[in-house]
Amino acid sequence: MSDNPIGASYVYLLEPEVRFLEAAVEHLIPTDELGPGARDAGVVVYIDRQLAGSWGTHGRQYRSGPWLEGTPQQGYQSRFTPQEVYRIAIREIDQHCRKAFGRPFAQLASDGQLRMLQQLESDEIALPSFSSKFFFDLLWRNTDEGYFSDPLYGGNRGMAGWKLLGFPGLPSGQYRDLISSSVPYHAEPVSILDVQTGRVPIDAEGFPKHVMIKRDKEQ
Amino acid sequence: MSATKLKPVDVVVVGSGVVGSIMSMELANAGLRVVCLERGKSFDGDADFHKPNVYDELKYDRHSDIFQNLARDTLTFRNNGGQTALPMREMGAFKPGEMVGGTAAHWGANARRFLPHDFAMRSQIEQRYGKSFIPEDCNLQDWGLDWDEIEPYYDQFENIFGVGGKAGNLNGEIQEGGNPYEGERSRDYPNPPTRRTYQGELFANAARSLGYVPFQGPSAAMTQDFRNLYRVQMLQCVSGGFCSSHVCAQGAKANPLTSVFPALMRQPTFELRPLCNVLRVNKDSTGKKATGVTYIDARGNEVEQPADIVVLGAYCFNNVRLMLLSGIGTPYDPRTGTGVVGRNYAYQQGSSVEVFFDDLEFNPFIGGGMVNTSIDEFNGDVIDRGPLGFIGGAYITTNTRGAAPIKGKPVPPGTPRWGAEWKKAVAHNYRRTMSISSHATCLSYKQNYLDLDPTYKDAFGQPLLRMTFDWHDNDLRMINYMQERCVEIAKAMNGSRMNGKNKGTHFSLVGYQSTHNVGGAVMGADPSTSVVNKYLQSWDVPNVFVVGGSAFPQQPANGPTETIGMLACWAADAIKESYLKSPGALV
Repeated sequence: MSDNPIGASYVYLLEPEVRFLEAAVEHLIPTDELGPGARDAGVVVYIDRQLAGSWGTHGRQYRSGPWLEGTPQQGYQSRFTPQEVYRIAIREIDQHCRKAFGRPFAQLASDGQLRMLQQLESDEIALPSFSSKFFFDLLWRNTDEGYFSDPLYGGNRGMAGWKLLGFPGLPSGQYRDLISSSVPYHAEPVSILDVQTGRVPIDAEGFPKHVMIKRDKEQ
Repeated sequence: MSATKLKPVDVVVVGSGVVGSIMSMELANAGLRVVCLERGKSFDGDADFHKPNVYDELKYDRHSDIFQNLARDTLTFRNNGGQTALPMREMGAFKPGEMVGGTAAHWGANARRFLPHDFAMRSQIEQRYGKSFIPEDCNLQDWGLDWDEIEPYYDQFENIFGVGGKAGNLNGEIQEGGNPYEGERSRDYPNPPTRRTYQGELFANAARSLGYVPFQGPSAAMTQDFRNLYRVQMLQCVSGGFCSSHVCAQGAKANPLTSVFPALMRQPTFELRPLCNVLRVNKDSTGKKATGVTYIDARGNEVEQPADIVVLGAYCFNNVRLMLLSGIGTPYDPRTGTGVVGRNYAYQQGSSVEVFFDDLEFNPFIGGGMVNTSIDEFNGDVIDRGPLGFIGGAYITTNTRGAAPIKGKPVPPGTPRWGAEWKKAVAHNYRRTMSISSHATCLSYKQNYLDLDPTYKDAFGQPLLRMTFDWHDNDLRMINYMQERCVEIAKAMNGSRMNGKNKGTHFSLVGYQSTHNVGGAVMGADPSTSVVNKYLQSWDVPNVFVVGGSAFPQQPANGPTETIGMLACWAADAIKESYLKSPGALV
């Protein structure tokens, strides 16, 4: 945590969990020539805020027993909330790594981390409390959400995810005239956060003003 | 605890979605005192769904507070009677709503009529292919409705919901540009069709090259500024995506909040009561007459609302559950095949193929409002099913929904699920992908049904509804055939790669499919195989009307909402024109 490139603070996650997640999500969506990876896009902050909020305690999920394992078709049947799953699973994976390699996941070499994530995904690691795939799938779902949801939620910093796609974020009122257009529309993305904080002005209808991106091809 | 008993009203309506809002409007407009009970919150369209916050995929698609709060009420599910049903703990395959405006508040604006064939499927299939062509365990049955008697009510609903489209069959004359296979229409749509997207143009060219007739399928997002039958103004759709799962901040997507409530709230004899959870319909000592309903209000008080007429206008699941909890009609018994309440539950089949183009670029985020280009050759009974060996059909479509960044970024086959290669594929393909999908029938089978769960309870201590459902062989063969047709069209578009998807062999709650749950309180001409008659009136308790998707004997291809709206108009008229003059059984 001495290295805190995005100046993040955490509500629910503990320091070893942050280190674990920063290492893990950076493998899931790595930094490369296309742009920042999940770590620098704030995905761990996103996960922290989600765990601290209603979703993290399954505020809108059915929470009464009996709790049976069920079939894959019956969906989520764990009696543990995402808060609990992250806490328990990270501890158990770190214990496994210490036993097997003498150090926690975050301190493994990069290829060791990668191999561990692959084994978690394919359920090859037998964790005491959960299927390792169950945790991996939750982590990947949240990483994807954090990288591509509005920056309002702490992830997708600098709109890294939207720039990667060429997704302009909030729609422009111009779209109504462009529905049939075959000309590629490239605009700097605008987020809810941009409009709420007044960084991007809105027009009379409430749509943001898009700034078009000049591209080499079109010049 | 004794319930507070309120003053009687003429009509109590349960639910405020498409059915509840339209029936309340029609009956209040006829001078009846109407109370509408809604379990969810009331919303102020201007304050609650404003820009920019409506454009939030995470909030509305994943963690929505306008979907049913499963902490209070859900259902249990199993694939077959040999399994133990377990609660649907998080939202997955479908997402019923919980708010004033109902599930339709976040619908995708797909406003297709069913085909005349859909209403008489059993008799027409038997006539053309013989009785034995229908699978033995299939409960396929006619609706007991004639096209000519319901067509005006489709027209009425389209003029409430401002549906945009181009007629394909106007009084028997086939019209260029429309769907030539649709049922005969008495007049054109109230609004013009959607404009064709670049993706739609590619689809249309490929479809034509294969001999099909492409058309712009109807949409209930306004294709121009429009004042509807209730004199409510809606604005033209901006095509900014965020349509299904979302509530439209532009007021362009027809739904109860934008199309009905502004007029309904001005009705002097109408009262809306949100945050009221109905527990049951009450009956008198004969059991043949409903006396009203009992509900729990926001403060937790038990309240009895007496009424002369009870309209159950809730989502499919709750209509069926309230019938079971109230002891109206005989519950279905899958072992003997007798009983009717819970019988003929059905869903929606479908498949899709993603087509990837290395040399083209789209604007996939411009769309929404069910902007679609479609063909109907495989719907209804257009092509001969004899050699195919299955019944049922599909429309095939490319639908430019507005690709949202979390769920709308498919990758070609062979792409890893995550990591650097996945990131590259996502970046390359997001703007170079379009989807062709089939939207298909789901028939009803003896083994698929709804009843009350023996174990799990809701927040009010009442048993949850239990769903027993799986896909059946005929429908799986049908959808494989439809998927092959999608792939043919995709190949004719000369894409670089494609990736096919279907719903699998077993129905699964995991991952969104569609909120098209139907049946369980079906309409028909025979009380031994239906819960309500052709006017949506209970056979057993004639002052109870059960209206909605729950009345569909099976699921046609075209998506349920337009027909749910049509049935609301139809049932309201039956009450106004016939029932009030002579209260009692209409059939």
